[in-house]
Amino acid sequence: MRRNARAPSESCETWCEADAVSERIGRPAGLKFTKIEKRFGSLYALRRLDLEIAPGECVALTGRNGSGKTTLLRVASQLTRPTRGELSFPGLKDGAVPAIGYVAHAIMLYEELTAEENLQLFGRLLGIAEPRRRALELLESANLATRATSLVRTFSRGMKQRLAIARALLSDPGVLMLDEPATGLDTESMAWLRNRIRELRDQGRTIVMSVHGESALSQLATRAARLDAGTLVADTRGGATFQSVFAVGEA
Amino acid sequence: MAKTGVYTFLVCVLMGVTAYASFYIAPTESTMGLVQRIFYLHAPSGMVSLMAFMISCIGSVAYILTRKPKWDWLAVSSAEVGVAFCTVVLLTGPIWAHPAWGVWWAWDARLTSTLVLWLLYVAFLILRTMIDDADRRALVSAFFGVFTFLDVPLVYGSIWWWRTQHPQPVVFTSAGLDPTMRKVFYLSWLSLTCLMALLIRQRYELESSREELRTLEQELEAT
Amino acid sequence: MRLLANTTALLGKELQTEFRSRELLITTMFFVLTVIALFSITFDAAVSDPKNVGPGLLWLAILFSSSLMLQPCFLKERTNDTLSALRLSVGDPFAIFLAKLVANVCLLLITELLALPIFAVFFNVKIMRVFPQLMLVFLLGSIGIAVTGTALSAISSQARMRELLLPMLLLPLLVPILLASTEATVALLGENPALRLDWMAILAAFDLVFLTALWLFGEYLLEE
Repeated sequence: MRRNARAPSESCETWCEADAVSERIGRPAGLKFTKIEKRFGSLYALRRLDLEIAPGECVALTGRNGSGKTTLLRVASQLTRPTRGELSFPGLKDGAVPAIGYVAHAIMLYEELTAEENLQLFGRLLGIAEPRRRALELLESANLATRATSLVRTFSRGMKQRLAIARALLSDPGVLMLDEPATGLDTESMAWLRNRIRELRDQGRTIVMSVHGESALSQLATRAARLDAGTLVADTRGGATFQSVFAVGEA
Repeated sequence: MAKTGVYTFLVCVLMGVTAYASFYIAPTESTMGLVQRIFYLHAPSGMVSLMAFMISCIGSVAYILTRKPKWDWLAVSSAEVGVAFCTVVLLTGPIWAHPAWGVWWAWDARLTSTLVLWLLYVAFLILRTMIDDADRRALVSAFFGVFTFLDVPLVYGSIWWWRTQHPQPVVFTSAGLDPTMRKVFYLSWLSLTCLMALLIRQRYELESSREELRTLEQELEAT
Repeated sequence: MRLLANTTALLGKELQTEFRSRELLITTMFFVLTVIALFSITFDAAVSDPKNVGPGLLWLAILFSSSLMLQPCFLKERTNDTLSALRLSVGDPFAIFLAKLVANVCLLLITELLALPIFAVFFNVKIMRVFPQLMLVFLLGSIGIAVTGTALSAISSQARMRELLLPMLLLPLLVPILLASTEATVALLGENPALRLDWMAILAAFDLVFLTALWLFGEYLLEE
């Protein structure tokens, strides 16, 4: 059963707090990629990509390895600067950038620090009020409260992934970019991940997650799109069915 | 094409005239004799290499600000030409020093500074070979190019001050240049500057062609 | 000010991480000692002119050690892509450089505080009477080394052959620091110890110029 795109939730509590965080805004925002191109040396990762994502959409991005999914997510998170083209956030006033949470292949955490220290550090950097409280809150919801003072080095892959998502949620972002979040997860962590993403989606946040074909995660999506060699080749918004987007041989 | 050919011919003529002037028009120096004539190659080369490095720095700064590849081409072309002229200074130094003063090398201010400059820009060129991605390479070497050029006045200044504190017998200058000598010196400087411009231009064209080739290859691949 | 807050937070992390394991510090200290010892043997500190030759060797030892010590600075941020996490969290990317730079100055100063007495013993020089002035020279010199070294660490972490690349890029760049610090140190250890303001000015100028350049252009180094 496929869902329609949902409107952002009316409740403002968490996002109003994010307003006080910085110039960045924690509201769910839409993204618009216009003729995005990214070249790495002689390799084109993205070629003249046009894509528009509405606020609150939950998009499953699929494609072979090397099709440009990771690059697209990094461009969206403003980590990678596109060689050509423009990324804009329709609906926000000029120049405003929404708070974006990004979860990558790499955990983006310091293994020599404890879970709590990691979250506190990034919380402080983001300028969050009461970083310690927020850190403990997020550890609680990630089922890591008992391991708060353990070094991240000692964590399993599933625990590290949960912590990585907690880090991405520090600024209470309205937009989330998840790069193959299910990779290497055990069943328990997978179930947690599924519930968490469903929760975040129902809160109305804009989510873009890259997946490898149909899975428990892709079923949560309200829209699916397929990339191949850096261009968009299939999109449920353009009328294609979910099956056809995921159909062609997976990597 | 024809324009380049004409310019090359003119540069060759100019170099020829300078060579003739260095050997036949400039008067022989009293103490050192024939070997002093290498001064007309040694000193202007030093100045020309500095000019080339300055152009390279401009290219680096322009690249960081505009990200247009042509500035990176300019930066690397002028850095290479600068290193070439710098090498000439370092080679002509000992060639001059040994017959004239009996030592192969003298740690005077100018030669020492030139040596450090040479090391810096060779490092710049080696750095470029260690990065494969063209855009990354351009940005990173532009940054190092800026750093290097900012270092140049500090290197020259500190070495000059160091030499002033611990003076050595003055070598490598033709102090008190006779007017004819001075004219030949300026002529040499002019012709070497023209040579520099020609070399930078050719190297720049080479880099630009490489980029064009790469772009064509990609477009072919995409279809 | 957000830059200050970010820098302090990151500086805390840098120092906390280093003092927990102390790996880098201990290894660097022993490397400095080894180099000073080897220099002392080669130049026969007993016979040659220790007051004039010594300081140069000391500063060379510091320079070589720092070019090795500064390697992991940005390299370690690549292991789990924590650099991306930092870039996403801080307001001004210069905070990243500033925090690492201050941390590196601290590590360098600690190393030098150990190297100095050993040097004094091997080369038979009196350092206690001019200790505050010496520390000033070491501070300004270390800042210069740290500013350039931190920037170049960011550069070399993106290239191949990075273990050799960093020293190759750093050492020629630091010639003014080497000269000025050595001369200032020689002046302080001589018969009539004097703080040479001319050399200190060169050190300060170097520090200022490169700090400004890093502030202006540093963020481009972190780009992708």
